[in-house]
Amino acid sequence: MTIDQSISAVESVESTVQAYLESKLKSTVDPDQDLMASGLVSSMFAMQLVVYLESTFGVAVVGSDLKLDNFRSVRSMTALVERLQGNDSDG
Amino acid sequence: MSELRSQVKCLVWDLDNTLWQGTLLEDGEVHLRAQVLDVIRTLDSRGILQSIASKNDHDHAWARLEELGVAEYFVLPAINWGPKSDSVRAIAEQLKFAHSAIAFIDDRPTERAEVEYHLPEVRCYSHTQVLDLPNLPEFTPVTITEDSRRRRQMYQANFRRAAAQTEFSGPDENFLRTLELEMRIARAEPQDLGRVEELTLRTSQMNATGVHYSDAALRELCSDPGHEVLVISMSDRFGPHGAVGVLLLARDTDFWHLKLLATSCRVVQFGAGAAILNWLVDRAARAGVHLVADFRPTERNRMMEIAYRFAGFTTDPCDCTAGADLGAEHQVQHLHLVPEHRALPDTLRLIAEFADVV
Ligand SMILES: [Zn+2]
Repeated sequence: MTIDQSISAVESVESTVQAYLESKLKSTVDPDQDLMASGLVSSMFAMQLVVYLESTFGVAVVGSDLKLDNFRSVRSMTALVERLQGNDSDG
Repeated sequence: MSELRSQVKCLVWDLDNTLWQGTLLEDGEVHLRAQVLDVIRTLDSRGILQSIASKNDHDHAWARLEELGVAEYFVLPAINWGPKSDSVRAIAEQLKFAHSAIAFIDDRPTERAEVEYHLPEVRCYSHTQVLDLPNLPEFTPVTITEDSRRRRQMYQANFRRAAAQTEFSGPDENFLRTLELEMRIARAEPQDLGRVEELTLRTSQMNATGVHYSDAALRELCSDPGHEVLVISMSDRFGPHGAVGVLLLARDTDFWHLKLLATSCRVVQFGAGAAILNWLVDRAARAGVHLVADFRPTERNRMMEIAYRFAGFTTDPCDCTAGADLGAEHQVQHLHLVPEHRALPDTLRLIAEFADVV
């Protein structure tokens, strides 16, 4: 994978997640915004997020990856998806 | 199980010459026999829902049902000029019931034949059988709980709630705040055990171990001082949700062992599982003990695993369980958590109906 492709893949994960959240929450969402702290996202909604990430990006979130911190922001969810897709090890 | 499957969960009534005597459009005046009213009330008290499939003018027929004082007993009435099989199918679909759980009663053989043809699993009865219905096994549930007696009211509350949610524009979380949700956690009393057993049977998606506890096993645990069997019920401004969860806890010196948490999928959208877990974590923090929770993955209970993980449970080892017998059931993981104070969600009011220990 070239650097350009890698960046666009990351951007697309981030923008896809951001768009999904904004449509679900009916509100604008900053990529770094702590959704749990701002009260926008409940742990119940976070459960839906797990299923959403898995079905949209073809990853499996299991074991110790299933923690609230991984779902706190668009940024942390993007990082999780990238790691599970193996993008970060491509160098 | 075959008995459970054969139970009728909803009876769909024809009106003219079945529910009432006479034909509304032709006779103008129709009347309801006292014995038929008894049948309606008896089935209602057994938790069997009742609906209507009638070829009439809706407003006219509904006004008559209100005058007769029975309109409240019927959910999702289908009073229109379309085929009755369409009406019955739509009723089953909205209730999310299998066709085999639906019964249809009509005086006209052609209507019964039409429904039988299109919906072969729906059981059809003639008007001559009305008074006999409560004596038939398929209309006689084995156990009748407090929740079956108010099942119809719970469905009616659900419909009003769903309509309000459709109209609400804004984040789901804000809608939850408008519901005035209340959660009660109480020790199970003997009369609750039927509902608790039913919950462990029916809650496959939100059952942490997939274990079914029988009435007898629960009765034994209730009287064991080392165990707590707690029942969780919920209500909101639209009405009661009834018993929605059960929690089985064993107390050890250094840790509490959460052996079972099962919640009804009806209340997942209200964040019930997370609220219960956070409440328990907070109580354990106050008691100065760690928490150990049994989890056994099944094909359907992933939601429960996520609830435990998001509440902070991990597979990290800890000394608190050293020497303790946690049981060695096949595939059961013992998830662990070091509790700290937890704030309760601001979307519901939680009332624990006891002061001691837990
Ligand atoms: Zn421990």
